[in-house]
Amino acid sequence: MTVSTADEDSLVAALRLGDEAAFAALVERHTPSMLRVAGGYVASREIAEEVVQETWLALLKGIDTFECRSSLRTWLFTVLVNIAKTRGMRERREIEVQITAFTGGAVDPARFRADGQQWDGHWKEHEAPAPFPDTPEGSVLGDELLAVTRRELDKLPARQREVLTMRDVLGMTAAEVSALLEISAVNQRVLLHRGRAALRQTLEDYLKESR
Amino acid sequence: MSDAESMDCIRLVELVTDYLDGVLDPDTRARFDRHLGECEGCHNYLQQLRSTVSVLGKVDSGQLDPAFRDRLLAAFRDWR
Repeated sequence: MTVSTADEDSLVAALRLGDEAAFAALVERHTPSMLRVAGGYVASREIAEEVVQETWLALLKGIDTFECRSSLRTWLFTVLVNIAKTRGMRERREIEVQITAFTGGAVDPARFRADGQQWDGHWKEHEAPAPFPDTPEGSVLGDELLAVTRRELDKLPARQREVLTMRDVLGMTAAEVSALLEISAVNQRVLLHRGRAALRQTLEDYLKESR
Repeated sequence: MSDAESMDCIRLVELVTDYLDGVLDPDTRARFDRHLGECEGCHNYLQQLRSTVSVLGKVDSGQLDPAFRDRLLAAFRDWR
């Protein structure tokens, strides 16, 4: 969900004046992703909702001093993660564990020709990917695809889900996400890579079946 | 194809994220692009990944639970 800065700036300006519609628009836009990220730190949906509510209240309390120079989105998620961490019991160390625990590749190795064969390391004849069909917005397939994607996103390990949400759902930059989560650029990319690979595989399986 | 110039499909799929973020070194990027031009499977793989990213960009639109929205708006009114 990419949002223009100008649009966000005007919502922040309206919020300063106590405009409820501006608050509602911002809440609508950011809350689902905030809940997903908070859920990676705390034990229950109820606590995640409390964390999200606390974050919005922190914004309201600080709105007069909020600097438009920093993006609202980055501010919200930085505060959210900080509150979630104090409410959650999981530690940052978990990121490293999740990175090192992974052993597989982006694609099932059985889909490539084995070592020693001609064209080893290349796609087997019937295993090469085919283009995804068009799934127009609002179509049944499009809606189902979104539901499948949401379910799979919820199943990912928490740190992959968090990075994928920030990068691909919210459209933050790599630099923003590394800084916000206090992880290296390389680890940020590893988590993104694995999350995307898992989602791609799910969509490929789903679209193959629905053909 | 010599080893220095070629890139296997199995290797390419691990470099896609770096490729899309523009962080491959120029030599690897050139090999990536050359492979992509010659390999339909990898070309499609990249297309699938781009579609995946684009689908992800839509998953949260209109997903706010109305009951939670009402609670947040009530909190807003209290604050104001």
